[in-house]
Amino acid sequence: MIKLYDYELSGNCYKLRLFMNILDVEYEPVAIDFYPGKEHKSEWFLKINPLGQLPVLNDDGFVLRDAQAILVYLASKFDRSGKWYPTDQPELLGAINQWMAFSDGITSTSSAARLHDGLFYDFDIEACRAGAHRLFRILDEHLWFEEKQGNSWLCSADHPTIADIACFPYVILSEEGGISRQDYPAIRRWTDRVKRIPGFMVMSGVFPAGPAFKQQNQEMSA
Amino acid sequence: MTVCTDKTVLDQWYAIGAVAEMEAGVESHTILLEEALCYAIDGLGIPRAWRQSVGEQNPLPVQCAYGYVWTCLGEPSGDIFTIPEFFETDRRNMNAASIGVNVSAPRAIENFLDMGHFPYVHTDILGVEPHTEVKEYDVEISEKNDEILATRCRFFQPMASTASGGGADVEYVYRVPHPFCSVLYKSSPMDESRMDVIAVFLQPVDQEHIRAHMMLSVLDEANDDKTIRMFQQTIFGQDKPILENQFPKRLPLDPRAETPIRADKSAITYRRWLSRKGISYGVIPAAA
Repeated sequence: MIKLYDYELSGNCYKLRLFMNILDVEYEPVAIDFYPGKEHKSEWFLKINPLGQLPVLNDDGFVLRDAQAILVYLASKFDRSGKWYPTDQPELLGAINQWMAFSDGITSTSSAARLHDGLFYDFDIEACRAGAHRLFRILDEHLWFEEKQGNSWLCSADHPTIADIACFPYVILSEEGGISRQDYPAIRRWTDRVKRIPGFMVMSGVFPAGPAFKQQNQEMSA
Repeated sequence: MTVCTDKTVLDQWYAIGAVAEMEAGVESHTILLEEALCYAIDGLGIPRAWRQSVGEQNPLPVQCAYGYVWTCLGEPSGDIFTIPEFFETDRRNMNAASIGVNVSAPRAIENFLDMGHFPYVHTDILGVEPHTEVKEYDVEISEKNDEILATRCRFFQPMASTASGGGADVEYVYRVPHPFCSVLYKSSPMDESRMDVIAVFLQPVDQEHIRAHMMLSVLDEANDDKTIRMFQQTIFGQDKPILENQFPKRLPLDPRAETPIRADKSAITYRRWLSRKGISYGVIPAAA
C-alpha cells in the first residue's frame, strides 16, 4: 500500500491527503513529528529525503518527494477520468504546471508566515506577508478574469485540476500567518468551490463549506 | 522598566519553553509580557533566565516544572500550582507542543474551558452532532487554593483520546489554578478510576498574542509519544482559527459585554475571578 510520510498541520501533506481522498486511493499515513520533534531532520528520515522535507510518498518501493511531483504521479496513476492532469492537452498541461510552480511561491511566503507565527520559525515576517499579498493579488485577478469567461478553476477547463489542489492549502491557511483574504473576493469564491469538490476533506485549521451552500447548489442543479 | 504594569500578572510564574526542546548550554530567546528574554539549561538540568536588555548577570527567578522552564518578571507571589498526577510513575508525561496563537491569554483559557464547541470544531473526535448538549455541571472557586474547579462535566465523545476504542460519555474536571493556565482531567479509557491530564500553560507574549504550551500526563500503553502528541496537535490546530477570530481579542470582564448561556457557567466564574483579582492585562476591565 502507498505510504505517506505525513504531518497533520502541514499544508503540503494535506494536499496529498486531500487528493488521495478525492481519487479514493487508499494509503497508510506515517506520522512524522515535524514539530516539536524535528523528525524530518533526523538521520533516518534524511535517508528517505535528503532535503529533510515533508511530504514523501512511498508506493511499493517507489519513493517520491515534493508535493507537486507527487500530485502529478497520483493523477497519472490513479485518475481514471484523465481530467486532473490531462497529458493530451498541451495548453492545459502547461497552465497546470505554471500554477503548480506558483504554489511553491505561496509556500515560501504564506506558509513561511504561518510557520513564523505558529511555530516560531526565524523568518522576516513582513517580507513573507508582503510576498504572499503580491501573489494573492495576482491570483485574485486571474480568477476574476477566469470567472468572467465562465471558468471556475485556476486553469481554463470545466473541471478542477491538480493546480487547484496544489494552490489551495496555503491560501486557505493564510490567516494563521496574519495574511487576510478580505481584499481577494475571487479567491474567496474559488476556495468555496474547492471545498465543494466531491471527496473534499479538511485538516486542522480548514473548515468545510457550510451546508447552506450545498443545499443551494443542489437546488441550482435541480 | 517593565511594559506590563499589572502587578498580579507580573508576579505570576510563566512557562516559557519545554526542557525537552532545549539543548544544554544553548540559549533560547522568547518574549514574555512584551519583554525579550533569554533562557538556557546546563548539563545538570539547572535553568537560567534573564532579560535580554539587562543581561545574564541579573538573572530572573527560574525553575523547572512539569517539563518546562518557568520564570517570573515580578516578585513571585507563591509557588507554581501543583499537578500531583504528573508524579505518578506509570504516566506518560510529555510536551505536546508550544504553539503561537494570535489571541489574548484569557480568551484562550475560556475556549479551553468550553465544551459547547466540541461537536462543531472537533467533529468526530471530541464531539459529534446530534450530541451537542452541555449537561449541567458544577463550578466553584476553591478558597483554600484560590482556583476555579469545574466538576461533573460530561460529554459524549466519539474519540476522546488515542487510547479510545469508540464513542463514550467522557467525564471532565477543569482546574484554573493560575490566571493564564488551566489543567483538564478527563476519564481515562485505560482505567476508569483515573484521569488523563492535559494542561495548558499560556505565556502571554503581549496582550493579544500567546505561546500556548501543552503538557500531557496520560495513561496510554498502546501508542507512542508521537501519536499522542500529534493527536493533541490536531485538536489544537482545530481550535486555533476559532481563537484567532475572536473579537474583541481581549476578554471583556463586564458581565453585560457578551451574552452567556447556561453552558458558559465556568467562563462566567473565570471572568468574575479575573475581575476580583483586578487583572487588567489581556482583558477589557469592567467599568468601575
